[in-house]
Amino acid sequence: MLALLMLNILAYMTPNPDKTQIIIHLLSVISQNSAGQFFSSGHTNNWAVLVCTSRFWFNYRHVANTLSVYRSVKRLGIPDSHIVLMLADDMACNHRNPKPATVFSHKNMELNVYGDDVEVDYRGYEVTVENFLRVLTGRLPPSTPRSKRLLSDDRSNILIYLTGHGGNGFLKFQDSEEISNVELADAFEQMWQKRRYNELLFIIDTCQGASMYERFYSPNIMALASSQVGEDSLSHQPDLAIGVHLMDRYTFYMLEFLEDIHPASKTNMNDLFKVCPKSQCVSTPGHRTDLFLRDPGSVLITDFFGSVRKVELTMDAINLTDPIKQMEENPVNGEEQKEVYSYADQLPVSEIIHQKPKQKDWHPPDGFILGLWTLILLVFFKTYGIKHLKHIF
Amino acid sequence: CVCACVCVCACACESGLCGTSAPETVVPSSVPQPKDDFQEELVIRPLHSGDIYASFQFRTLWDTDFMRENKVSHYRLFPKSLGQVISKFSVRELHISFTQGYWRTMQWGQPFIPSPPGAELWVWFQDSVTDVDATWKELTNVLSGIFCASLNFIDSTNTVQPSASFKPLGIGNVTDHSFLRYATLPREIVCTENLTPWKKLLPCGSKAGLAVLLKSEKLFHSSFHSQAVHIRSVCQDWQCKTTSWELRQTVNSVFDLHNSGQAKREWSLFKMFSRTLTEACPLASSSKLYIDITDNPQVSTSLLSQAVVLGDRRTFSVYDLTQETTFGSVRSLNLLIRWKSNEGEMLRPLLHAERYVAGYGLQTGEIHTLMYNNHPYRSFPVLLLDSVPWYLRLYIHTLSVTSKGKDNKPSYIHYEPSKDRVKPHLLEMLIQLPPNSVTEVTVQFERALLKWTEYPPDPNHGFYVGSSVISSLVPSTVAMDTNSTRERPLFSSFFPCKEESSYFVRIYTEPLLVNLPTPDFSMPYNVICLTCTVVAVGYGSLYNLLTRSFQIEEPNPGLAKRIANVIRKMRGVPPL
Repeated sequence: MLALLMLNILAYMTPNPDKTQIIIHLLSVISQNSAGQFFSSGHTNNWAVLVCTSRFWFNYRHVANTLSVYRSVKRLGIPDSHIVLMLADDMACNHRNPKPATVFSHKNMELNVYGDDVEVDYRGYEVTVENFLRVLTGRLPPSTPRSKRLLSDDRSNILIYLTGHGGNGFLKFQDSEEISNVELADAFEQMWQKRRYNELLFIIDTCQGASMYERFYSPNIMALASSQVGEDSLSHQPDLAIGVHLMDRYTFYMLEFLEDIHPASKTNMNDLFKVCPKSQCVSTPGHRTDLFLRDPGSVLITDFFGSVRKVELTMDAINLTDPIKQMEENPVNGEEQKEVYSYADQLPVSEIIHQKPKQKDWHPPDGFILGLWTLILLVFFKTYGIKHLKHIF
Repeated sequence: CVCACVCVCACACESGLCGTSAPETVVPSSVPQPKDDFQEELVIRPLHSGDIYASFQFRTLWDTDFMRENKVSHYRLFPKSLGQVISKFSVRELHISFTQGYWRTMQWGQPFIPSPPGAELWVWFQDSVTDVDATWKELTNVLSGIFCASLNFIDSTNTVQPSASFKPLGIGNVTDHSFLRYATLPREIVCTENLTPWKKLLPCGSKAGLAVLLKSEKLFHSSFHSQAVHIRSVCQDWQCKTTSWELRQTVNSVFDLHNSGQAKREWSLFKMFSRTLTEACPLASSSKLYIDITDNPQVSTSLLSQAVVLGDRRTFSVYDLTQETTFGSVRSLNLLIRWKSNEGEMLRPLLHAERYVAGYGLQTGEIHTLMYNNHPYRSFPVLLLDSVPWYLRLYIHTLSVTSKGKDNKPSYIHYEPSKDRVKPHLLEMLIQLPPNSVTEVTVQFERALLKWTEYPPDPNHGFYVGSSVISSLVPSTVAMDTNSTRERPLFSSFFPCKEESSYFVRIYTEPLLVNLPTPDFSMPYNVICLTCTVVAVGYGSLYNLLTRSFQIEEPNPGLAKRIANVIRKMRGVPPL
């Protein structure tokens, strides 16, 4: 409406030849604005950092938790190159697993969350507090490969999921070290100051999980936890064939909720907050949205769990560069004498034996013996005089 | 319209009518591309113990030069990620393998491609590399990203530079061992996350050809699984004037029928892999399936071939998957073989090795390596490579090599002592094994106490010592084929053969698991609690006894009395 008014005013004010040009320009601006309103959130790419921090076979459920979130995130469109998956122990090919190469989420064994196409970036002993913080802040050694880096920018929405054993204010990594909520909050602040995220969704499924998001102070963070301070998060059900608990309750019901989401669905965060009420979870899930600028009701689940493919409309013409000139192959010269290659000898016994010089016994140098005898004779004649020479010879 | 102009001009030039110079933009199709070739094969061999050995080999040959100045940019069958690794790090040869399980030589015979448990990586660099150690470190990091394995744990504490073992398997005259690096990670597990990127390196992926059989749920439910990538230069033809790059991706698996519930001695492709073959990879020039029927000669098939492999002549039944007739009318190939009782003796492997730790307690121990020569009258030399981590301090003066009870002096010994936290021990010996004997190599060691930050999160599991490598030229019962032509099946052309009477074999012993003296990591918390309680109770009581003094205190008087006292003070009268 306002644009049309402006259009009318300008149409009266300007001379005729330029009028059509200005109208066309204004129309294109209007169409771009409506296209801009079509993509309402400010992000252009999605990343996910999924961490399981527990080791040992009886913590099977934590690996199953992380893999089920990985599976949902991949299904909704985030590619492997944008997911950093950290698993502290190997459950699928563990020798105690009666069904190798599988990780199940429910005892009816119908959903193998490990699947056939999985890429774990940090595994085993590599999952440490230091590596986790380095991934978040981007301060990795220069030789780190791309698949192990979080290459987010200021228009990325990042989903961070942590699971394991935790307590009031800390999360235990691999039974040997902890990360505290203060360190985590500082890491997020470093990310904000380095412009490494646009919006961040933090989900944690541990005992007393709400304590981990109490200390956040950076903007644009939304946090969810599976239990309040003083409460324990409980596991879902054991499986008698595998012998351990397969999944935690909060992530189990969250997985059920996420299985109904598809890339075009319009479900928003308020529905995610309602996942796993106290009747199902026994603990009280909590959430924190005061640092988040937008209203949670307008945030789509796919803003964090799915992947956006942003389309930018442009009306400008782009000049293509000249095609690459192919390198000419050097013509093979038939008369040139090429050397004949051969395979190396795999066990050249004589060469190996003669590699080391033979140990000879050590003799003193030749001149030394001569000089020694000369010295002895000189001293003798000096002491006793030359007249004794005839007694010797 | 630009394309049409260029095409016409090219044709005119050929017929001699075009007088101008060649156009600025060269049409790609007129320049011949380097030739590349892809072959795949699967060998299935029933073993005498009732297990089935399946060996997949996928080979890509490419006529190109990675080392030239202008970088290679057009990749077709050769995977780009590996090509970039070769050119960036000036790699001459690269061998990496991931294995789960241990190969039981006495029950299964010799494998086509040997590999130790865990991950193993050995690389020959080109002569142009100036700082081999830095390049090695970067290479391990890049490979850890490509294969999703924690190869970044390879550093100077587990890398060695063998002085005589691991000669290049490809073309090469230069054998300056300062360009060779070898490392193993015995603790490394292999699972679907390693198979997934491995399969993505194949030209057809896992969608067509023999790779459709590589299903992780069946492959990892096996007694032995090994996947490897081997890159080297090979001769293009028997004259060997030109070389080409060869990439071999191999999978070796041994399936245990009894484990999966099959009591009868029969197996089929469907039972082993839960899939059947439907087509060959369209990009493959040859796609073959070999079944070893030497022990079951009654099998009647149309196509038979013989090959000499591992010193023995074996008969194979061959199925060519590039032919439509192989699949029949149902368009799928599933093979079923049933065999009766165990007929005949297995050909006893001529070389076999074991290794174990002897001793008791957490202070000292002894490593014993046993090498068996099962040939009745021939002796042959073996090269033993041992790489022991620094925290097992070897006493080399206690090293003894005995055969048949007598001392057997090695003709070549190379020993590099370890440096704490910097490099491991390296021991290489060339030993002549007398016929029909057991040779025992023993060395005593002492366990070191690590700093408390150096323990892994599960220190009570123990610490691994990598497998010993035994390389040898074993006498062969049949004449080996020294002619290196391309038409040989892939499984018989992995190790180059220089002489007819013997073949090269490399075997790996078991890795060792030793316990180091481990502190109780829950101890500090308990000790602090107990100590603080004792100190508080004991010292606190003593302090109170010595410094506490008692004073008599009047109880607080009521309000009326207090007012009366105030009035009496004003009057100058003593209070109540």
